Amino acid sequence: MTLDQIVNETKAYYCLECGKCSGSCPVSRHNPAYSPRVMVEKALLGLENDLVYARELFSCLTCYACSSKCPSDVDYPLFVQKTRALASTRGQHGACAHSGTLQALSRLMANPAIEQRRLEWLSDGIRVSAEGDVLFFVGCAPYFEPVFEDIDVESLRPAKGSLRLLNSLGIEPVVLEDEKCCGHDLLWTGDVDGFKALAEHNADIIKKAGAKKIVFSCAECYRTFKEDYAKYVELDCELQHISELLADRIDKDGLDLKEVNRKVTYHDPCRLGRHLGVYEAPRDVLKAIPGIELVEMGRNREESLCCGTSAFTNCDSYSKQIRVERLLEAKSTGAEVLITSCPKCQIHFKCAMVSKGKAKGPDVEIPVMDLAEFVASALGVEDERQE
Amino acid sequence: MNGFEPQIVAFTCNWCSYAAADLAGTSRIHYPSNVRIIRVMCSGMIDPIYVLRSFEAGFDGVLLAGCHIGDCHYISGNKRAEERTAKLRRLLHILGLEDERLKLEWISAAEGGRFAETIKGYVDQLKQLGPSPFRKEATA
Repeated sequence: MTLDQIVNETKAYYCLECGKCSGSCPVSRHNPAYSPRVMVEKALLGLENDLVYARELFSCLTCYACSSKCPSDVDYPLFVQKTRALASTRGQHGACAHSGTLQALSRLMANPAIEQRRLEWLSDGIRVSAEGDVLFFVGCAPYFEPVFEDIDVESLRPAKGSLRLLNSLGIEPVVLEDEKCCGHDLLWTGDVDGFKALAEHNADIIKKAGAKKIVFSCAECYRTFKEDYAKYVELDCELQHISELLADRIDKDGLDLKEVNRKVTYHDPCRLGRHLGVYEAPRDVLKAIPGIELVEMGRNREESLCCGTSAFTNCDSYSKQIRVERLLEAKSTGAEVLITSCPKCQIHFKCAMVSKGKAKGPDVEIPVMDLAEFVASALGVEDERQE
Repeated sequence: MNGFEPQIVAFTCNWCSYAAADLAGTSRIHYPSNVRIIRVMCSGMIDPIYVLRSFEAGFDGVLLAGCHIGDCHYISGNKRAEERTAKLRRLLHILGLEDERLKLEWISAAEGGRFAETIKGYVDQLKQLGPSPFRKEATA
């Protein structure tokens, strides 16, 4: 896709140069060298090289804070996604976090010849079935588990919690051994071919499994299926995030939730919130737990602040500042637990806590839990914590 | 598979294992030419991405070689390599690769013969295993 086509598709030509995007951008707040308005301006002036070779192209969090404020409705994150794809044709792939290990894993997964062993974590207490109408999409959590255990993140907990919740609702979902990464990170770092290969594979095996409904615990997988798979592959399934499924159930039949006397706050992941507009379902679920006190951070729902990194790229000191900012905001509410519903938000917050430490600035320590994991504990069906 | 010649990439540390490879050469010890050697300063600087990219490039086996534990020029670099290897094996296991595809060996600068033996042994082992699923058709 040429720069002209990108401008046309994202309606960047409607830009009024009002600067609301740069004013609301969490990265611009910390990094004055980055401005979405200037990026769009460069595109409109046809300065392709300035854009494609700019370090700042990979600074965008694609969190949609800008576009939700844009009076002309310019889809800036899509503009970034497409421009990154253009940049990758010129050998520009950005500085991926963890040296690109996670993108490399996604690319390796895209190979059709491999036979994964990705379900060895399933324990006896979790019931899954070989076929059925409901499928649970695990995502990359089995790969994250070894990578992020150093920073005290048990990446599989959201998936395990979700499966236990589904079991307790009488659902024994299909879980596929040859499921692959949804392709989110590859798409957002410019590798469209890699994304397509993964998307086609997943769509294919899900069709073969005959699933009518797919449930997600990862906000990124959910967004990718809902928005991007719709553009690239054919897949006719009902899609639901675990929070929406729970909210539905609580609305209809109620759940036998135990009393949890805790003060919690909820962090909206960009993918679930601004990308898909799911704000109330997670909150309704939390409020349904007796004894819980849900306090909101100053910036919540549409105004929510991104966790600071996305697609495992653009992780730098500015990204860390954003995370610290958000963690301090969470702490200032007086909440005992910060709840989110994206495994990656959890990873990024924990990382900020580990590398910050108490000696190196403000105390940002606050327990972070996934929504599914938290609700599972309120239902008394959670997994034991590893020691 | 008949006539399968495995391709190996070896990351060898500057102070021990690369010197061992050098010693094997100057001592005229023969070992199979299936290995491509890349010198790094320390086995502790081998980022997981080096290994993943090697498999992506189609290598059948990756050998990481460093100083014996306790002999590291940077005190504890090889300990890091050991921890990292354990983690990488877990990732490769999920991807469906055999543990043997990633080999970790301690070879000192004086062990030229052992370097050659290691390569010979590894080539035989990989011949038993067969080609990596990531191997590119063109090089097979």
